[in-house]
Amino acid sequence: MKKKVISSILTAVLAVSLAGCGKDENVSVVKAENSEATTSGEVIELTNVSYDPTRELYAAYNTLFEAHYEDTFGQKISVTQSHGGSGKQALEVANGLEADVVTLALEGDVQVVANAGLIEEGFTSEFPLDSSPYTSTIVFLVRSGNPKSIYDWDDLIREDVGVITPNPKTSGGAMWNYLAAWYFFEQQGQSEEEILASIKKLYGNVVVLDSGARGSTTSFVENKQGDVLLAWENEAFLSLKEYPGEYEIVVPSVSILCQPTVAVVDEVAKKHNTADAAAEYLNYLYSDEAQEIEAQNFYRPSNKDVYAKYVFSADSNTITEIPEDGKWINDNITLTDINHFGGWTDARAKHFADGAYFDQIYEQ
Amino acid sequence: MKRKSIIPGFGISFGLTITILSLVVLIPLCSLVVYAAKLSPSEFLYTVTRPRVLSGYYVSISTAFVASIVNAVMGLILAWVLVRYEFPGKRFLDGIIELPFALPTAVAGISLTHMTTTNGWIGKIFYDAFGIRIAYTRLGITIALIFIGIPFVVRSVQPVLEKIDIQCEEAAFMLGADRKTCFRKVIFPEILPALISGFTLAFARCIGEYGSVVFIAGNTPYETEIAPLLIMAQLQEFDYSAATSIALVMLLIAFVILSINALLQSSVAKRVNGKS
Amino acid sequence: MEIRKNNGPLKWILIVISFLFLTIFLLLPLIYILSTAFRQGIGAYLVSISDEYTIKAAMLTIKATLWAVAVNTILGISAAWCLTKFAFRGKKILSTFIDLPVTVSPIIAGLIYVLTFGRQSDLYPILDDMGIQIIFAVPGIVLATIFVTFPFISRELIPVLTAQGTDEEEAAALMGAGTFTIFRKVTFPHIKWALLYGIVLCTARAMGEFGAVSVLSGHLRGKTNTLPLYIELLYQGYDFTGAFAASSILVLMAIIILILRLVLEKKGKKELDIKK
Repeated sequence: MKKKVISSILTAVLAVSLAGCGKDENVSVVKAENSEATTSGEVIELTNVSYDPTRELYAAYNTLFEAHYEDTFGQKISVTQSHGGSGKQALEVANGLEADVVTLALEGDVQVVANAGLIEEGFTSEFPLDSSPYTSTIVFLVRSGNPKSIYDWDDLIREDVGVITPNPKTSGGAMWNYLAAWYFFEQQGQSEEEILASIKKLYGNVVVLDSGARGSTTSFVENKQGDVLLAWENEAFLSLKEYPGEYEIVVPSVSILCQPTVAVVDEVAKKHNTADAAAEYLNYLYSDEAQEIEAQNFYRPSNKDVYAKYVFSADSNTITEIPEDGKWINDNITLTDINHFGGWTDARAKHFADGAYFDQIYEQ
Repeated sequence: MKRKSIIPGFGISFGLTITILSLVVLIPLCSLVVYAAKLSPSEFLYTVTRPRVLSGYYVSISTAFVASIVNAVMGLILAWVLVRYEFPGKRFLDGIIELPFALPTAVAGISLTHMTTTNGWIGKIFYDAFGIRIAYTRLGITIALIFIGIPFVVRSVQPVLEKIDIQCEEAAFMLGADRKTCFRKVIFPEILPALISGFTLAFARCIGEYGSVVFIAGNTPYETEIAPLLIMAQLQEFDYSAATSIALVMLLIAFVILSINALLQSSVAKRVNGKS
Repeated sequence: MEIRKNNGPLKWILIVISFLFLTIFLLLPLIYILSTAFRQGIGAYLVSISDEYTIKAAMLTIKATLWAVAVNTILGISAAWCLTKFAFRGKKILSTFIDLPVTVSPIIAGLIYVLTFGRQSDLYPILDDMGIQIIFAVPGIVLATIFVTFPFISRELIPVLTAQGTDEEEAAALMGAGTFTIFRKVTFPHIKWALLYGIVLCTARAMGEFGAVSVLSGHLRGKTNTLPLYIELLYQGYDFTGAFAASSILVLMAIIILILRLVLEKKGKKELDIKK
């Protein structure tokens, strides 16, 4: 009796697996039907491949956009999100992850997708303001009361300070961190060698070099490692919101204007017949409603009027809680940008390529 | 090619095995070689012997080795306890051995990290009492790897231990051997092949482990940066040839470890057969 | 018999060591997961596990697991059959290749499929024309899962079949039985427990796979996120309750599977005793 039961189970397993062999084709058939569905006008499916800290932003924006699209065009649309380290995401799209739009941490990562032949050149001028609907900057997150008195970049190279930042080799945000620090020491009038020595000291203080921005935030906030987290402004505010009273934001004297770049992945959109919807998706990011959502998620909106609504007149560079009136943007900061470093191609070659400055920091 | 056998079914079983093996393992592995071959031999050598990469191998291999040694000792004890003794909770112990297989490595990594940071359940005790940091050091990596490797040794030693002929042991006992001698001369040689095979499997598996280690490692270059992470970093830079070269070296290491195991097994088998 | 009993203090020392070791390395992480899952009360827990995306991710994980078990069962049986019943050249190499995937770093396992089926591969245009997408889609996840559990079933079967020898099959073949008859009537009864154990292991490991799948999933929410990947996503989204709640689903599935194994094993042993 038992034998029979067991052998019938096994036969069933075999049968399932054999039936499964045919199933692969089914998957592809379904896929083909899906892409036709987009033309026949049922539900348009868009895939947005983005970087780590934008989860909350796009969760809110997609709801807004889906409603807007249905109102304007009378058509249902549904957006699928993918989040991860910016560099990794770019790599996956270049490798065949079928994204209709990419919204990555930096132009350099979008360029990677363009280099793979998926995005037509000139994507930075396809949408207003270098195709950056929102910007951000790099600030410090410290523990409540700022026990180590960290106020500016030169405090980070003190021996008693433990720093948390992700690895620029694997994280877009980390490159901004590195470049902002570089700019500070440059402003101090240091020569290139001196800057490199200072940066070396800074990274010598790094306790955990996570592979992505979110990983770093978790190390600092949840696992309580280090004294200061170099973070995207939006990440820092999010931590303030999630853990009220436990952290403070310190805005350093100088930092860098981070311009996350958006682009339609032309080849994929063509294939899916979603080029128009994808362009609308990105264009709508510049609308007043969307700009408000971006500001509420602590991204600096590109629309001047919306921006002005969120600026507060700062008398201190320390922010201990999220302002009740919602005005959070601290304007009291000097921002450089990537052009100062000669654009992403040069910056990468000089700082982040194999054997370049960042690798030299860790050479013994 | 094959010696004559009257049992049928060679064709179909061999065919099926080769087909699945080729589709899932061999052909994809070939693409690794193809990409690595895009580098000239000297470039390849340079890529895989950069100090940072060498230190990655070293961190991966040394922590995996220590973890596997711990697992070999503990695995032997566990197998012994599970086979030879009766005690309450035995079934339970036996049941949870495979847990590391079933728990996603990321989940294991996250929870181990949380527990061993300086303010975690265990990390706090060690930090306060001895000033030892666990998470974000090589010690942390080793602990994650011990977790990953537990089932290997236990499950290879256990069946062999169960089958050891009691008469052999009794005979030795009658002849005046004490327990220690009995273990050393009778039991240990019997279970040695299984112990080695469990050890090598755990070792090889741990060298390549990524999911659990990346959370607990801290990823500081030259200190706690593991080789699989370097592969990821190279990929990020779109340097496929470099990534595949490092991967190829790791693959070779795994293959060598497995081959050594296969050689040891067959030499042990020969010795045993020769004796009888 | 007395030699195996009455080991005095040594017995209890070893048992205590075993308990301590497994408690620290296996149970504590488990307790940590469960306690964090319920940190915000049972209500939050229920909301987390009934989340639409959690369920979708769980379904995908189950699908990939079923596939891996099915393919590896076929492979395991045919590989074990041809490796133990026949002698042929290249046998050792074949068996090493079958074992290789366990020791290949999950990162490399993912990487080889990206290299083989990704956009930069020569195969990509052909597959694309046929409308087949392998990586960053379900087939890739299935392939990666098959890869990491590749030898799990054959490894369980081979020792049993080796021990059993070929006499019975030869006798059956002499009497004129066909391949499948021999397998069903002669071989299968010997291997069924080993086979079930292999399937259990394979299921457990397939459910938890993280590294390889993470390289080629694309992390499309609700489409290509398996449960372990979704756990990482939740964890990084500050949703610790959600992450650990989803983990607890996997833990639960793992425990069920392990219990199932114990029950099956017990039955198998009983049957064996009756035969004797």
